[in-house]
Amino acid sequence: MKLLRMTIRAALRALRRHKLRSGLTMLGVVIGVAAVIAMVGIGRGADVAIRRQIESLGTNLLVVVPGATTASGVRSGWGGVSTLTRGDAEAIGRDASAVAAVTYVKRQIVQVVYGERNWSTAAQGTTTVFFEVRDWPVVEGRIFTTREQDTAARVAVLGRTVAEQLFGPGEDPLDAQIRVQGVTFQVIGVLDRKGQSSWGQDQDDVVVMPFSTAERRVLGSAFLGSVDQILATSASAGQLSEAQAQMTAILRERHRTQPGAEDDFTVRDLSDMARAAQDAGRVMSLLLLSVASISLLVGGIGIMNILLVSVTERTREIGIRMAVGAKRRHILLQFLVEATALGAVGGLAGAALGIAAAGLVSGIAGWPVSVPPVAVVGSILFACVVGVAFGFFPAQRAAGLDPIVALRHE
Amino acid sequence: MALLSVRDLWKVYDNGDVRVEALRGVSLDIARGEWVAVMGASGSGKSTFMNVLGCLDRPTRGSYRLAGVEVSELSSDELASLRNRTLGFVFQSFQLLPRTSALENVELPLFYGDVPLAAQRVRAREALATVGLAGREDHLPSQLSGGQQQRVAVARAIVNRPTVLLADEPTGNLDTATSSEILALFARLRKEEGITIVMVTHESDVAAWADRIVTFRDGVVISDRRTEKGAA
Repeated sequence: MKLLRMTIRAALRALRRHKLRSGLTMLGVVIGVAAVIAMVGIGRGADVAIRRQIESLGTNLLVVVPGATTASGVRSGWGGVSTLTRGDAEAIGRDASAVAAVTYVKRQIVQVVYGERNWSTAAQGTTTVFFEVRDWPVVEGRIFTTREQDTAARVAVLGRTVAEQLFGPGEDPLDAQIRVQGVTFQVIGVLDRKGQSSWGQDQDDVVVMPFSTAERRVLGSAFLGSVDQILATSASAGQLSEAQAQMTAILRERHRTQPGAEDDFTVRDLSDMARAAQDAGRVMSLLLLSVASISLLVGGIGIMNILLVSVTERTREIGIRMAVGAKRRHILLQFLVEATALGAVGGLAGAALGIAAAGLVSGIAGWPVSVPPVAVVGSILFACVVGVAFGFFPAQRAAGLDPIVALRHE
Repeated sequence: MALLSVRDLWKVYDNGDVRVEALRGVSLDIARGEWVAVMGASGSGKSTFMNVLGCLDRPTRGSYRLAGVEVSELSSDELASLRNRTLGFVFQSFQLLPRTSALENVELPLFYGDVPLAAQRVRAREALATVGLAGREDHLPSQLSGGQQQRVAVARAIVNRPTVLLADEPTGNLDTATSSEILALFARLRKEEGITIVMVTHESDVAAWADRIVTFRDGVVISDRRTEKGAA
């Protein structure tokens, strides 16, 4: 214990005596550790940012449409035979534990008229939950209320495209009276721009109204309660497949599908894109991390290099130390501690630098900074290990010197 | 009984092609408190002899007993302990750690001994005071004159209260006046601490400070005589 304390003191003295050289030696480790931490931090931040973006597209969104994907004979996609009902959606909301929110949509192409302008678009009758499930807020006005839903009020929320087609610049769509299939509606809100869907459809080309209004006043229906789509979100992105399985089971039971028989509906998810983006992110992180690791390795070789030079340069010092009674293990330990101290101090400085760099980049890019403590502690420890590993060879060389030869060294 | 006792000591350097017999059967006894000067031309084997006495080198053959202990059988760690506690070295070129204060240089042997940290500082200061360098503790070797540097080296050699002081041409790099100061310091140390001194030198006036002069030639002792001081 005393030996270690002494040796640490001697090593620190030696490092302090050669401040510039110690600093330069550490530089490699500093940069290496800083790079690793910055990469991990920036990578994590970017990952979170990407995930958030994708979640806004609705990655944990599940869409149920009627009809089988692989039906023999006629394959009907979206809006074919209406086999889905409000009851199905409500059952999912009740029984599927992995589902956070569920809504349903009835949808039809309609003609909307305002003044002299008219536009062909899709009318969607749905519930208030729709806006939450699609993560789709209004930028002007409001969404309809549950009460308006219950009373089949003639209120409509316009998609961006529809608002632009019906109203000229400077015209306020709010509270305007428009006609949908000849029925007068009051515009109560305009939705935020959503852009194209991943399959290239203009999502903003829509008029959203309460489900009851659509069913009773506008679209008509073969039988009451039939819906074209059920939309659901899983409680978390990780529970997507669980939610999908639960929904499938509930629907099969409700539709009395025989075991082994084909589903009369399809549950689709939009997570492929998310997966691709996250995979790309992961590959990128790995690439950056391996580059950073190489710079750590180079830093370690730098330590070894300088220590070897230092052993040669300090041969006389080693000789003097041996002459006054230093044992081989004292010398070995001194150089090892010097190397470890270089690694540790370099690691600490690098960690500080890396966190600062990650914070700076994240600040500029607007990502959340997220440097996990494990990465910080891990890379500092790794820097120490680098110090010990690369310091061992020079230390052994120093300890193996013959005292007389070392003393005579010029 | 002699403090240092050497019997039929051989040191042979054999690196395959060249075989050098640096010591060829040296026998010598040095009593406690004696001051012995070792003289001889370069290549006479006196430096090799000093290295063996200083436990820096091992003899090829023969016996070396230091205070009754057979040194040639000790491990390198045990030799290091001997160098630390029983022996003190003074070199021609001072051999101080550069960029290290006088005090830290003097502390060095204590560092590798059993002395508690707090006591190290005190004892190093005492040793520096003994050699007349009180007040220069924080000076670096480069800020000290040659004589002062050699005093620091002497302080370092005596700080662990060794029984034997081994000096290899201690005045070789010093002018006459400074040489006398160092030799006077040796004389005082011997008188006050009863330290045994073995000193290699070229110069007969330096050797005259000793009690006894041993002369080497070609690896053997060719003369061993008492000086006037020693006879007195």
